Amino acid sequence: MRILTLIRQVLDAEESVRVRNGAVELEGSKLVMDTMDEYGVEEALRLREAGAEAEIVAVSVGPARAEEALRTALAMGADRGIHVVTDVSLDAIALSAVMAQIAKAEGAELIFCGGQEADWDSQALGAATAERLGWPQATWTSALELKGSTLVGKHEADEGSESFEVVLPAVVTTQQGLNEPRYPTLPNIMKSKKKEIRKETLEAYGAAPKVKVNGVEIQVKERLKKILDGKDAAGAAAQLVKMLREDAGVIA
Amino acid sequence: MILIVAEHANGKLSKSAYELASAARGLKREGGVTALVLGSGVASVAASAALIADQVLVGDSAELAQYDAEVWSAAVAQIAAEGEAEVVLIAGSRSGREYSPRVAVKLDAPLLEDVMSLKDEGGVLHAEHYTFLTRVTERVEAKAPVVVVTVKAGAFAPAVPGTTAAEQFDVDLELPKRRLVVTGSTKEKTGRIALIEADIVVSGGRGVGTPEGFVQLVEGLADQLGAAVGATRAVVDAGWRPYSEQVGQTGKTVQPKAYIAVGISGAVQHLSGMNKSKCIVAINKDGDAPIFKIADYGIVGDVKEIVPAMIQELRK
Ligand SMILES: Cc1cc2nc3c(=O)[nH]c(=O)nc-3n(C[C@H](O)[C@H](O)[C@H](O)COP(=O)(O)OP(=O)(O)OC[C@H]3O[C@@H](n4cnc5c(N)ncnc54)[C@H](O)[C@@H]3O)c2cc1C
Repeated sequence: MRILTLIRQVLDAEESVRVRNGAVELEGSKLVMDTMDEYGVEEALRLREAGAEAEIVAVSVGPARAEEALRTALAMGADRGIHVVTDVSLDAIALSAVMAQIAKAEGAELIFCGGQEADWDSQALGAATAERLGWPQATWTSALELKGSTLVGKHEADEGSESFEVVLPAVVTTQQGLNEPRYPTLPNIMKSKKKEIRKETLEAYGAAPKVKVNGVEIQVKERLKKILDGKDAAGAAAQLVKMLREDAGVIA
Repeated sequence: MILIVAEHANGKLSKSAYELASAARGLKREGGVTALVLGSGVASVAASAALIADQVLVGDSAELAQYDAEVWSAAVAQIAAEGEAEVVLIAGSRSGREYSPRVAVKLDAPLLEDVMSLKDEGGVLHAEHYTFLTRVTERVEAKAPVVVVTVKAGAFAPAVPGTTAAEQFDVDLELPKRRLVVTGSTKEKTGRIALIEADIVVSGGRGVGTPEGFVQLVEGLADQLGAAVGATRAVVDAGWRPYSEQVGQTGKTVQPKAYIAVGISGAVQHLSGMNKSKCIVAINKDGDAPIFKIADYGIVGDVKEIVPAMIQELRK
């Protein structure tokens, strides 16, 4: 079986966001493989370690620097990478066309995709890719097992969680709690340097953005920051309740 | 025509349906607003939808008793294509955001996700939505014969129902077979007001100490205020609280009038789910906790002392 894990390179969660010339400035900031995507790589590795015979291919569509995120996936244990090198930023629907073509060409049977990556806050890539392939999807997956060719797992729905079964091929989107991603060990980092990352061009896939981005802003709401000392608990509580009632008018 | 997919739960039209209707009314398209109601035994839901739309299409069958991404996307895409919808509005709920991409692909349409504003100018849809863990507002536009849009909960004022009911029509749907088989579910019912609909949310983090501490402090304060209860990932992972209460990147996004954070540090992934709240209140013993950086009001102190004192004060 061949498993694809889709990778985005995003701003490290600890970094602050800055805007320059109508776009979020990433240069000079720490960039990492998205955590949600890490769960996908980790889960693919675990399925293999649990006995599934699988080749794990990490795929990323993005600028030259995205190779670093792919290297992280390879250092975790993915077998090889595919990097569609482009500075064009594709929305999820457009990107899914590329992912689906790669999945077909690779004869993949299972695709992992982050539930919601930290750069575009989109939840659409997994579902859109599944639709293009005519596959079912399990989103926000928090537990997974492979029994023969059936995925058995748990995922989060509108209210509460559901257990599910789905026969491969399928797309699975991840959720925190699915697993604890491993840190690449030094020997694995060394090995990963020799692993193949195939470079491709976006033109080969004929995908173009369907949504136009007109600019970004950081709207920081000024906060009042009226912070009281709580050494006198009763006094502070009384004052806080008074402020919430009379100044903020948010409680009755 | 503008198509809105009206969500419902427990036999009632959801608040999101009213918000979609109001978003639809702001668009300049001909052919009015059509509401689509999908489910089993949904006559009363359809009747409510008839008071906010110009026409209601009803898919009422046993096959639609339970939501499924493939079934829902097939139904919505079919109706959108048959009715030549120019805009399809879907609630930004977990399920809405799960099946809407499939609708967009089926219709070869752009998808605008989780929008908080919509403007219609010369056939171009302009929208704003959050990116970078809700820290950045991105302005986007889409121009196509049909555009699929998911609408952020709470972003539009709910439409006020009219007094005359629009006509209802039953629709014949060609539905695919379900392939994701749901073998069990833990529907978490709390009897409280829904998290994303509440005016006040009281959320608890690891700082409340124990599951019992959560009940006593967070639920206690929420009861006193008629508020919904939220939680951090840390306490959900610890098994203290159900996932349905989780606020943040991987939980729910809320923007209540007041968000009261009890023993919560304020990690970016948590802030992502609540940083647009109108008023943020924090109680934490660590004055340097990041939550205070976005707080309007707060107390540096032990939640075990402060919260009971607040409950007492509110009882007065
Ligand atoms: C991909 C990803 C997604 C995530 N998604 C989410 C998400 O959706 N939601 C979410 O919440 N988190 C999420 N997280 C986790 C997040 O990073 C934090 O770990 C989590 O929010 C911390 O929860 P907490 O504030 O309860 O715990 P802690 O960070 O441990 O904070 C506890 C706080 O309580 C205070 N405290 C302790 N005792 C007392 C006391 N007696 N009185 C007063 N204060 C006290 C401490 O000072 C501290 O600030 C995610 C992480 C990742 C990597």
